[in-house]
Amino acid sequence: MAGNGEQPRYFLIWFVLFVLTMAEVGYAFLALPQWLLATGLILMAVWKALLVALYYMHLKYEPKRLWLLAASPLPLAVILVIAVLTEF
Amino acid sequence: MSQAAASTADRHPMPGMMVYNVKLGMWIFLLSEVMFFTALIGSYIILRFAHPDHFAEPGAVLNVPLTAFNTFVLICSSVSMVKAYAAITQGDQKGLKFWLLVTILLGTFFVGVQVVEYILLAQEGFVPVAELYGVAHEIEGGALYGATFYTMTGFHGTHVTIGILCMWFVLYRAWQGKYSADNYGAVEIVGLYWHFVDLVWILLFTIVYLI
Repeated sequence: MAGNGEQPRYFLIWFVLFVLTMAEVGYAFLALPQWLLATGLILMAVWKALLVALYYMHLKYEPKRLWLLAASPLPLAVILVIAVLTEF
Repeated sequence: MSQAAASTADRHPMPGMMVYNVKLGMWIFLLSEVMFFTALIGSYIILRFAHPDHFAEPGAVLNVPLTAFNTFVLICSSVSMVKAYAAITQGDQKGLKFWLLVTILLGTFFVGVQVVEYILLAQEGFVPVAELYGVAHEIEGGALYGATFYTMTGFHGTHVTIGILCMWFVLYRAWQGKYSADNYGAVEIVGLYWHFVDLVWILLFTIVYLI
């Protein structure tokens, strides 16, 4: 939760999320190489996901230990995908 | 232990993670959900790259403008949820009930659009297991595309539906005056779940509809 009486600018975050969503849709149909499209789209999606986690889930205002806990499944997720790839 | 005392104990910062127990429990549950959706999305990515001829180009089968609008609706529901949380932290009962109801309506609208999308896609021959319906190869992409698409979006839609049901429960308790500026744990917990569902959809929309 927001500490020290600080309130995140919820509607500003909402506006950025809206703009990024529109940008994603426009970018997806540009005549660019597939790898460039995928990279740009994933970067924008991760940016949006981070905004939601940091400001709407208030992770930015939580103790650093909770950050570590929240990040803990990410290496496990990578391992899971790599394991499936090698078995495929 | 009285209800008031239990609420205080639930909200008391714990020495380990420095967050109260119920909130820590929700975070651990959400981490298990990360692994659940990783399995689905990871499988999709691997199948997509292994069999690119089984998947259609973005916009060829799926309705991107409609889903982009639906994504915006879910983002709006996230901001209304966080406004409900902000309201009750300041003891604003009316604001809590108003923003919770807005969130429920937006979430219901999202699920409704998803159901309409499913119906339209099925009418065009895009179904989970094409062979069962005798419509194989009528559309671009194959059975693998339908199976992965409906599995991922279906599980997400189920999560949204569960979130809506939980919010109805929280709204019912809010009408009873159960929450206050000192006791808003349930609102925060259901909010964490709802924002996570939004976060997953942000990734799903990009991976399934745009790439």
